[in-house]
Amino acid sequence: METRRTRVGLAVWTGLVVVFLWIPLVVIALYAFNRSQIQSWPISHWTFHWFSVAFHDSQVRSALWLSIRVGLLATLVALLLGTMAAFGVHRFRFFGRESISLLFLLPIALPGIITGMALNSAFSFAGVHLTMWTIVIGHATFCVVVVYNNVVARLRRTSPSLLEASMDLGADGWQTFRFVTWPLLSTALVAGGLLAFALSFDEVIVTTFTAGGTTLPIYILNNLRQGQQLPIVNVIAFTVILLTVVPVWVSQRLTSAGEGPAVSRAAAVTAQTE
Amino acid sequence: MQRQTGSLRGARLRISAAFWRRPWLRLLALIVPPVAAFVLVYAASLGAMLASSFWSTNAFTAQIIHTWSLSQFKEIFSWQDRTYLRIALRTVWMAGAVTITDAILAFPLAYFMARLAGPRLRSLLFVLVLLPLWSSYLVRIYSWTTILSTTGPLNWMLNGLGLPDTHLAYTNWAMWIVFSYVWLPFMILPVYTAVERVPTSYLEASADLGARGARTFRSVVLPLVFPGVVAGSIFTFSLTLGDYITPLLVGGPGSLLIGNVVFENSASNLAFAAAFAMVPVGVMAVYLTIARRLGAFEAL
Repeated sequence: METRRTRVGLAVWTGLVVVFLWIPLVVIALYAFNRSQIQSWPISHWTFHWFSVAFHDSQVRSALWLSIRVGLLATLVALLLGTMAAFGVHRFRFFGRESISLLFLLPIALPGIITGMALNSAFSFAGVHLTMWTIVIGHATFCVVVVYNNVVARLRRTSPSLLEASMDLGADGWQTFRFVTWPLLSTALVAGGLLAFALSFDEVIVTTFTAGGTTLPIYILNNLRQGQQLPIVNVIAFTVILLTVVPVWVSQRLTSAGEGPAVSRAAAVTAQTE
Repeated sequence: MQRQTGSLRGARLRISAAFWRRPWLRLLALIVPPVAAFVLVYAASLGAMLASSFWSTNAFTAQIIHTWSLSQFKEIFSWQDRTYLRIALRTVWMAGAVTITDAILAFPLAYFMARLAGPRLRSLLFVLVLLPLWSSYLVRIYSWTTILSTTGPLNWMLNGLGLPDTHLAYTNWAMWIVFSYVWLPFMILPVYTAVERVPTSYLEASADLGARGARTFRSVVLPLVFPGVVAGSIFTFSLTLGDYITPLLVGGPGSLLIGNVVFENSASNLAFAAAFAMVPVGVMAVYLTIARRLGAFEAL
């Protein structure tokens, strides 16, 4: 239907946009191996030196460790709450069902400063000091929807007759869960969990409003604002890209079309309202 | 031993049976904890922010004073000193410009991905779009500061082509480029979904009725895909409204957005920060209402 000229034009446009999407990632990856303290292009000398400097930096280590702990805890909370909510919303019809999906979606659909500012006001009102736990609470609120979406998408694909068959064959609720539901869901849960972790690991805005402590993105932000330690920041930036890209790639492999990374983030609105 | 496992199993069966007979009990057990957590933490926080925006802050102690007034909003919407109005307007304007830019960049790519690319190329493109979306947003913004800097790759390339240096770093133009860059995948994915759902038979019918490419695009493809564009625009618009990292890192002196003001006041003047954060909430409420009218929710 499309003329040859249109096809070629669209292909060229697609290529250019993909290049646009990837150039910044490539540039930062190259700068991580730049020997000079000064960031100028083209890079004349290459080195692995800054990797060992960053690895032995105590501030970097404690920031990384805090980010990992926060990510794991937020993921755990998101897995628990997101899965429960997904089962509830999928299996039952009840008053306010649609509002529940919307409620979970709000923290990711509303601008980050709103979630951050809201939590900040609430902590200030309640007299809660900002600690690691306040970061976990902040991250968990926007991670729940990721798990929720993945589990709901998977539940939609599984037939309820499987569960009825299991019950008919004499299994109790636990056995049905263990031998039927769990195998069907496990990859969706792993995918959702990985995505929640990736989301938490790289979050800045909500974190700046709720942070008691320096997570890795906050460490990067502080150093960028002051223009300090840029070679170390480059190395961390490169590492962070790898650490967020790998879970996403794995989660993409674990899920089929209509689930996984695509559904969890950009298509969240569309998946919710199907 | 045997009896014990037997009674354990019996108990389990009784519990499952009890839940099976009372579906509302299962529903409550599943839905109450997450919803309660969300209402207690998130909804209550939004409430606290709304309340704070009608309070005021002691200028010396930075303590919140719990007396109700509209003074924060009067300061924001003041006609005498239009600083905050100007910042709010700049933010909305930027969000609009970024949304339109992303729609223009995303549409041809989404169309190519959904209708022209073969299955292997399509999944490759999918990964190529998804990975930047998920890789660190902060790092991607930072990378642009190095690209746009005077001694960065962009000027190196321009000089190589015999063109003069650009001075984009720390301007509103830089902000526009970076915003369009970081939110682009959010636009591509919903538009892709929408293009994929256009039945090929519609395009064939349009061609049979004598329409050329441009006419088919205008009368068939665009109206069917438009709700997808609106769905994507919710993200590009909303995320731009609430961002302060991009203006902080790549913006210049005249690049303050709502987010910057909220963040800078959040410690010293919480009431004002809360009130100013209500502005994007209001703008998004209006935007979502319009999006709903345009079918962003139903059509997808």
